[in-house]
Amino acid sequence: MTIVQNPQIDAPDQESTASKLVTRVKRVVASNPSVLPTVAAIVIFIGMVIYGELAYGRIVQYNTLSNLLINNAHLIILAVAMTFVILTGGIDLSVGSVIALSSVAGVMLANAGWNPWIVILLMVLIGTLFGLASGILIQYFNVQPFIATLAMMFLGRGLASLLSTQPERLAEESPIRWLGEQFKIIDGPKVNDVVITPGVIIALLVVFGAFFVLHRTRTGRTVYAIGGSESSSALMGLAVPRTKVLVYVISGTLSGIAAVVYTSRLGIAQNITGIGWELDAIAATVIGGTLLTGGYGYVLGSVVGALVLGLMNVLITRDGGIPPEMTTIITGGILLIFVLLQRAVTSKRHT
Amino acid sequence: MSNAARTNWLRELIRKPFFWGVIAIFALLALNVLKDPNYLAITVNPVNGNLVGNVIDILRASAPILMIAVGMSLVIATGGIDLSVGSVMAVSGAVAMVFMKDAGQSGSVGVALGAIGLALLVSALLGAINGVLVAYIGLQPFISTLIMMLAGRGIAKVITEGQNTSATNDPFRWIANGFVIGLPVVFLLAIAIVIVVGLVVRRSALGLMIEAIGINPKASRMAGIKPSGLLLTVYILSAVLAGVAGIMSVGTVMTVDVSRTGYQMELDAILAVVIGGTSLAGGKFSIGGAVVGALLIATLDKTIVFLGISSSATPAFKAIVIVVLCLLQSDRVRSWFVQRRKPPQLRPESLPAKPKQEVAA
Repeated sequence: MTIVQNPQIDAPDQESTASKLVTRVKRVVASNPSVLPTVAAIVIFIGMVIYGELAYGRIVQYNTLSNLLINNAHLIILAVAMTFVILTGGIDLSVGSVIALSSVAGVMLANAGWNPWIVILLMVLIGTLFGLASGILIQYFNVQPFIATLAMMFLGRGLASLLSTQPERLAEESPIRWLGEQFKIIDGPKVNDVVITPGVIIALLVVFGAFFVLHRTRTGRTVYAIGGSESSSALMGLAVPRTKVLVYVISGTLSGIAAVVYTSRLGIAQNITGIGWELDAIAATVIGGTLLTGGYGYVLGSVVGALVLGLMNVLITRDGGIPPEMTTIITGGILLIFVLLQRAVTSKRHT
Repeated sequence: MSNAARTNWLRELIRKPFFWGVIAIFALLALNVLKDPNYLAITVNPVNGNLVGNVIDILRASAPILMIAVGMSLVIATGGIDLSVGSVMAVSGAVAMVFMKDAGQSGSVGVALGAIGLALLVSALLGAINGVLVAYIGLQPFISTLIMMLAGRGIAKVITEGQNTSATNDPFRWIANGFVIGLPVVFLLAIAIVIVVGLVVRRSALGLMIEAIGINPKASRMAGIKPSGLLLTVYILSAVLAGVAGIMSVGTVMTVDVSRTGYQMELDAILAVVIGGTSLAGGKFSIGGAVVGALLIATLDKTIVFLGISSSATPAFKAIVIVVLCLLQSDRVRSWFVQRRKPPQLRPESLPAKPKQEVAA
């Protein structure tokens, strides 16, 4: 997307197209203020790319951009998962520890000689099970979403620590590693290749699947309707209870898939994997323009949000002057700014 | 008649939300006594006259949990939650340790007081950020405190430059390891703070106002309560208490480990509150319940070590207990129990008691 837009904005001979684009974006924002954060996220992403290119160089090139996708495939999946939940006005704090449990269990089973397909299936199912448990607690026992998923977060982390407190290394010859293997698509000069991993393809499939479900199916419309007003959608006869459980099941399942993608790339699983990823996923979703209170949001925006966070990590590493400990503080700060921006936008709409 | 009065008194006791917590503490202690009949024995150290024993250890370990549990129960009463207590503990410990390391002077009371003052000030500041975000900007409590939970650990790492920092200061160490009239200072300090907080919230209208916010913020504002200032105070108080807990927990070893100090203490705090019978939905709190919850958690931690069970199993177990207690608090499960209780109520002699029991259920 950025590659397409960049030359349009930079090139002087296409000024008319650029200004046309700007007026069009302006019109969209004016007619629907809730897209403003999404537009802001895209602008920020492009701005970060330009700043990075000017300040550190070697950002707009094949291998940096494909590495951005490869290294953040799991975060993109998590952001998609979180989008579903936040759209209904809920939250899932358990994603990070579900990944820890799922990947530790998966690596241990794979190393114990289990069939890799069964291991991958189990890793995903662990996520599904956690999501189902959260969903049932929230829908049928009226536990607040953050309490239920917080309990699941502690449970997942606890079970992962119970399995192992050591880093578990996936055997070198394990077929699961194939999902993290890099394939060259375009063989550029030196190492400047377009590379892709099966993990990235899985992430893209998840994104397209989520886009289809949210915008083209009845379930997707119900998800938005619940976020708008749960009681109204129940009165309209929408399947509120089923959909509410379903979003947590989707979120859990996608966390399991993210665990597979992440573990296959890194080859190591540990009980402390994924601490703070809830925050990254929430931040990616919120940066991408999904309202924390539910009802408004775009799954493609969340992907941009995840890429903004990924690019931020790249820039921090390139800069070298910022201690890596600052990353969580900066992520938290960005999340805060975007939440405040959302509040400003929504309060304007209400008055 | 006296018999009836006694059963009434017993029923009152059982109805207390933290009754089962007390029973659980005694059950755990009994389990330990089964393994070692001398478990409860308390001896007097002949050299310095201090009491020594497993029970004393439990009391000492319960001090930081007491602090964060009391803070958390007030925050939960307002209908919020404070996920940042563990990280605030780490920040407070880091500030104190770095201050004392730079100041040197291992015997100075002034340095110890300075470290404590600075640590509590920084904690209060973090709490104030939480409070402003929740009370004045209107963020959901779990989002603002989640940001603080993860950013706080980053702040602690920045303060200590990512290293485990040690310092030597005898007065500071005394807080965590010293004894007064044979009892550990930390426990006495914790109980004193709990009593002060308890008196302030229960002997004034503050406690009622806090609960009113949790029940219905809009109605409480119409009744003349200013929720913003009160919310801010509650979040600051929770952070300051977490800061005290941080000082207590780094004081025992005089080292701050930025990734382990206060790690998952949110779990303990929430667990203590739920065990104390407080609903996580807000609108109610019980300081006594939080104390029982904190003591139970400390007993549980020590029991698990004593019985030789791997301590890595405790977080999972605690999480399951939270889930079960949440389930027990939900209306759906309660209605199941009420239905099961109904048949005996239909007997003629117990008919007058029926409405009362329904209220209790």
